[in-house]
Amino acid sequence: MSIIQILFFALSAFAIGSAIMVLVSKNPIHSVLWLILVFFAISGHYILLNAQFLAIVNIIVYAGAIMVLFLFVIMLINVKKDSEPQKQFLVKLLGVVAGGSFLTLLVALVKQTGQIQGRTLLMKDGVIGLIHPLGKALFNEYVVPFEISSVLFLSAMVGAVIIGKK
Amino acid sequence: MTLLSFDWALVIEKLILIVIIVLTTLLITLYTTFGERKVAAILQDRPGPNRAGPFGLLQPLADGLKLIMKEEIIPTSASKWLFILGPGLAMTASLMTSAVIPWGTDVHLFGRTIALQIADVNIGILYIFAVVSMGVYGIMIGGWASNNKFSLMSALRAASQAISYEIAMGLALIALLMTTGSLSLKTIVADQAAGHWWNVVYQPLGFIIFFICAMAECNRTPFDLPEAENELNFGYHQEYSSMKLGFYLFAEYVNMIMSSAIMASMYFGGYDLPFFDETTVAPNIAAMIGVGTLLIKIVLFVFLFMWIRWTIPRFRYDQLMNLGWKTMIPLALFNMLLTGALILAKL
Repeated sequence: MSIIQILFFALSAFAIGSAIMVLVSKNPIHSVLWLILVFFAISGHYILLNAQFLAIVNIIVYAGAIMVLFLFVIMLINVKKDSEPQKQFLVKLLGVVAGGSFLTLLVALVKQTGQIQGRTLLMKDGVIGLIHPLGKALFNEYVVPFEISSVLFLSAMVGAVIIGKK
Repeated sequence: MTLLSFDWALVIEKLILIVIIVLTTLLITLYTTFGERKVAAILQDRPGPNRAGPFGLLQPLADGLKLIMKEEIIPTSASKWLFILGPGLAMTASLMTSAVIPWGTDVHLFGRTIALQIADVNIGILYIFAVVSMGVYGIMIGGWASNNKFSLMSALRAASQAISYEIAMGLALIALLMTTGSLSLKTIVADQAAGHWWNVVYQPLGFIIFFICAMAECNRTPFDLPEAENELNFGYHQEYSSMKLGFYLFAEYVNMIMSSAIMASMYFGGYDLPFFDETTVAPNIAAMIGVGTLLIKIVLFVFLFMWIRWTIPRFRYDQLMNLGWKTMIPLALFNMLLTGALILAKL
């Protein structure tokens, strides 16, 4: 095993373990903190793929900004362990069945997709994830979708401000 | 063995560099606390600490010893693991910034060329940004885990303050990136050292915005709302004692040193000594001169931080938010537009 494979498996185990802890934790604050660790593990995967920009933006936006807001809200509404509504057994069972079916669906989809069948991931290779090629691609080939999505963000922001002012 | 097929010398070299940088930072931090007390004393016309050792120079050691000897208290209703994690996280996040700062030009030792920078990644500035956004977790987790209303209020204040000022900080950085054309701190400093003007000449407004935001991110007066004694007792570290409290206090000073280093690197030429041609001396000596120059610049910035702290009173909370959202962000946007227009006009 090369060092990259070892890192890949370690990061994957870390990501899956943290993701399970997100679900298992009774305290919502702990769940958020585990979720931050999941994002860090995913950023590690991006770095293995030589997508440095994606990795760091994932940390800035998700782990840095969105999760702070999550923590913020949970701290403000002060969710307690005992005040959390207990779900019935049947509801829990239904949730497990639905989640399991979705997982099966995803696995089946990945297995059927021809593009990724029998191919190994290009690790520590390729330049599209670096910032210069990415910027060039975004502002040349994909400039219209890029600008449209930024207008979309702007309208979302204006909407949030208007709702906040009411 | 294929498992260990990487350059061990590089790993050892980087490890030594990390240890040196972290230890030096901590040592400087120790004396920054002393410097803070001396500067405060001078500005308030009193002698300041002068009992321990000559000129009071052993005062930081005495302070540290006192902190270590204090009783360790973890409140019974606190969330124990997070209570311990908080200060550690605050300290780690503040030290992590040092990884991308270029401390000097290359050194030649034992036939190897050693870069005085832990990691030259081509996303250096974004990395700093990510670490800054991590810094707030130490305060938030510590404040929440203490299970104290004042601590929680303070943690929420710290978080909202950090998020608000990060935006203006990022916009100021975008304007800087438009002039430099690179995200790598090494390239930015090398360009400034190679005979151009320092970036502060091109980005004076951007520098002022960045400086104010850095002050807010470090929770320094006039932005130290999270630890406003008269409203929140002590803020997020109220329940902390002994070395955990020490870590929180220390992290603030490490943050200050790191943001000074970043400002010196990005706007004031980093390790570049003005009016001096580094090629006239041996490369190793030139590197050492560079390290010394950067340290002097850092000390000057840290002094500026202290000067402001002991001169300007604290803002009210609504004033802080108004300044962040209604002044800094529009100013930063204006700066960005102006920079873009100037770049276009030059072409």
